[in-house]
Amino acid sequence: MSAPGVLDAASVPRLARGVRLRHDAVRSAWVMLAPERVLFPDEIALEVLRRCDGAARVQEIAAELARSFDAEVDTVCADVVELLQELSDGGFVRT
Amino acid sequence: MSPVLGAALPDPPLALLLELTHRCPLRCGYCSNPLELEAAGRELDTRTWCRVLDEAAALGVLQVHFSGGEPSTRRDLEQLVAHAHALDLYTNLITSGVLLERARLEALVQAGLEHVQLSVQDSDPASADRIAGYAGHARKLAFARWLGELGVAFTLNAVVHRQNLERLDAVIELAVELGAQRLEVAHVQYYGWARPNLGALLPTAEQLDAATASVEAARARLRGRLRIDYVIPDLHAELPKACMDGWGRRFLGVTPSGSVLPCQAAQTLPGLHFENVRERGLAEIWNESAAFQRFRGTAWMPEPCRSCERREIDWGGCRCQALALLGDAAATDPVCAKSPEHAVVQRLAESASRGGGSPYLYRGARGAERA
Repeated sequence: MSAPGVLDAASVPRLARGVRLRHDAVRSAWVMLAPERVLFPDEIALEVLRRCDGAARVQEIAAELARSFDAEVDTVCADVVELLQELSDGGFVRT
Repeated sequence: MSPVLGAALPDPPLALLLELTHRCPLRCGYCSNPLELEAAGRELDTRTWCRVLDEAAALGVLQVHFSGGEPSTRRDLEQLVAHAHALDLYTNLITSGVLLERARLEALVQAGLEHVQLSVQDSDPASADRIAGYAGHARKLAFARWLGELGVAFTLNAVVHRQNLERLDAVIELAVELGAQRLEVAHVQYYGWARPNLGALLPTAEQLDAATASVEAARARLRGRLRIDYVIPDLHAELPKACMDGWGRRFLGVTPSGSVLPCQAAQTLPGLHFENVRERGLAEIWNESAAFQRFRGTAWMPEPCRSCERREIDWGGCRCQALALLGDAAATDPVCAKSPEHAVVQRLAESASRGGGSPYLYRGARGAERA
């Protein structure tokens, strides 16, 4: 059992209430819209965020990304945890 | 570079604030509306607001804040939210929550409302009603519970100052208890209506330090549950705030009668003409109008801003503050410790926070007034 608000490989992330992804044709970019804030996720972050469906565990998301990017799963998992921790602290993602 | 014009256009704005009306039953003495309130008869009609939304979406705006005054005094609010939602704009309602019935809130959610920012004046009901000049605190709490029941994302917005700061921990607990996703603890910014209340509202440096410590402790305690945004009163600061994240960079606002502003308080600045959506398209105003060009970027900056390594971080601070304190909107924000006039701010903060005896003045139809 980890401390409140601390994510690990077993966490099940979802976008926080009031947060969504959309494509912006004006900037030709994907954006994440949240209360009073707009983020422009990079390609990897976008792939992670699309899989934050409130069902998949971080380790499952990482395994899928490791397959599609032909990368080492433990490294990917550590990166995904780090990214989602940052987004959770910012209120964009909840577990 | 645009191949047609041969000159770069500014980046498109991210957010649009619509002040649908200046009408509001509350009389908070730090209201962000201008001192010269616009009468209901001058407000734009539904069709014009819808055109503004169309033009905003085409320009690249991603988020729309429906504000006021109290925006729910407009009967067409549901229609405007639905219009924005159909354009895939992120819709946020900034409200006092005291006029909206549950059925109307449900209609707004049905129309595509994505987020609500609800104001509270205090955690203590009697104090909250006194600060607002209106007995509305209990209705706000009921409104917040409906938001929870309907699953609407919401932020609790608490404006804090000397008269409620000692209850900041209780305000934070209220946000948790009501189930807000986010809490904004915003110290009063002393422009417009708040200016004559400086002596009644500005906290001492010690009160400010205690508040900052409360926020930091709550952030740690509520990690992963409640996001807390915190805005300090910049009269006690050493670095200026990046006002509007830079003039004409990310934000534009439209007043009830259609004037387009780079910041909500910009109408206090002399010598600037703000163009109106009744006469010109939003994109042209954003890209070309003299008012938006005036303080955009870094070319307008005086020293010490111009050669400062933070010039593209704080964008020279706040123009309204430079005007209010130095009489010159184009000066370096005197909040900055590098400003040659920084002592003006220090003297003001010291004397105001020593004061304490000044009466609290309300927003009134004919100017600031006593209870």
